[in-house]
Amino acid sequence: MFSLIAQFGGATIRQLAGMGRMFRFLLAAFAWVFRPPQRLRLIVYHIRTIGVDSLSVVILSGVFTGMVMGLQGYYSLRKFNAESFLGSAVALSLLRELGPVLSAFMVTGRTGSAMAAEIGSMRVTEQIDALYSMAINPIQYLVSPRIIAGLISMPLLTAIFDVVGIYGAYMIGVGLLGVSSGSYFAGMESSVVFEDVWSGLLKSLSFGLIITWVCCYKGFHASPSATGVGEATTQSVVLCFVLILVWDYFMTSVML
Amino acid sequence: MIRVVDLHKAFSGQAVLKGVNLELESGKITTIIGGSGCGKTVLLKHLNALLLPDRGSVLVDGTDITRLGAAALNEVRRKFGVLFQGAALLDSMTIFDNVAFPLREKTKLPESEIQKRAEERLEQVGLAGMGYKYPAEVSGGMKKRAGLARALVVEPEIILFDEPTTGLDPLLGKSIHELIRKVHAAFGFTGVIVSHDIPEVFKISDRVAMLANGVIAAAGPTPEFVESKNPIVRQFLQGETEGPLTVL
Repeated sequence: MFSLIAQFGGATIRQLAGMGRMFRFLLAAFAWVFRPPQRLRLIVYHIRTIGVDSLSVVILSGVFTGMVMGLQGYYSLRKFNAESFLGSAVALSLLRELGPVLSAFMVTGRTGSAMAAEIGSMRVTEQIDALYSMAINPIQYLVSPRIIAGLISMPLLTAIFDVVGIYGAYMIGVGLLGVSSGSYFAGMESSVVFEDVWSGLLKSLSFGLIITWVCCYKGFHASPSATGVGEATTQSVVLCFVLILVWDYFMTSVML
Repeated sequence: MIRVVDLHKAFSGQAVLKGVNLELESGKITTIIGGSGCGKTVLLKHLNALLLPDRGSVLVDGTDITRLGAAALNEVRRKFGVLFQGAALLDSMTIFDNVAFPLREKTKLPESEIQKRAEERLEQVGLAGMGYKYPAEVSGGMKKRAGLARALVVEPEIILFDEPTTGLDPLLGKSIHELIRKVHAAFGFTGVIVSHDIPEVFKISDRVAMLANGVIAAAGPTPEFVESKNPIVRQFLQGETEGPLTVL
């Protein structure tokens, strides 16, 4: 019995210590943002890898998400003779929830996993040690620019996801199922307020932080082996998905 | 001069270094030998505080680097160049950019001067004209040479070599040793080599130290070390499985 309690206590302490290390890592990354040298070129490079390189997958998933919402929304609303609300239903769902969450999932899968694997392989091949030995702080060089790039890229990708999603639903609802174009946009205009847009973008900003923070941390602390890199990549993706959903709930409950 | 005093290090409760004491003379090349997994690389990584000890100290020119803050430690690390076992070139950069990297990061030299110095170092290690390639596109020997060029470009006072010839064929290994000897003659740095390449590595070593059972079992000038009567040294140099060293 006592050994069971001791095991549970030990596991809890290890988890708490791990969380503490993660927060210290994040604080260090932010602290290094403000210390010279400024790494604008690296930030721009990572905006390309996180943002621009994720565009195609975000647009594709945004269009099809919108199309599915157009179909499902139309058949649900038709039962109540409320097809004219399709535009507002799609826009509110996308702007407040689906846009930030799904685009964050896409970026996690597309870029976050690659980030964890890249930094993890740098750990295995002693490139991180090489940076330390050249008196270059690897957190400043590898992590801080990625976090800033994630904070900039994620809201932009979410905005793009929202727009293409709305047009995806438009294609199905208006183009295929005969909802009037005027009522689609008029419903949207009357029901969507600035807070809806703002809350979605705020969520996406926090998701950008979660993705870059978790993936960099897991890669940075990968065990020095090939399986270590694989484990770090898997753990980073799973943890990102869970944290995104949990944090989404908390933000939604606060902002509603 | 580097002095290692009573250095202890354990990983997950398993002691690797159990009180290492060692002096590394300025301007000389000291080679650390020992069985696989005995802690040579661990010891090497303590010399520029890539690892911190559980107990003991590492004095670099009189300063205990195990107790320095980040900024002071970075200043000490500027004295060091490191050639890692796998060269540890940044694979997102070309060979040239890897060599120029420490200068771009740590000096205010104009780009033209940085390019000149990087090209000089690449030429010195026999990689002239190869700078445009990425690390993944060159052989292991070329990576080691590029790593050496990167270590040399800031003209450090101390260079640490972690198994510089491991994984290379005998000819390439010999050429790397020749290169180390040549650049040592040119720059006069303090060199610390961790190597299994016996007896080849002795040709470029001023001193040899042997790590066994977590401590320095023997150390001295190369000619004396080779003739040492220490049973651990004899067993290791003669490659015998029977003796004071446990092999398996």
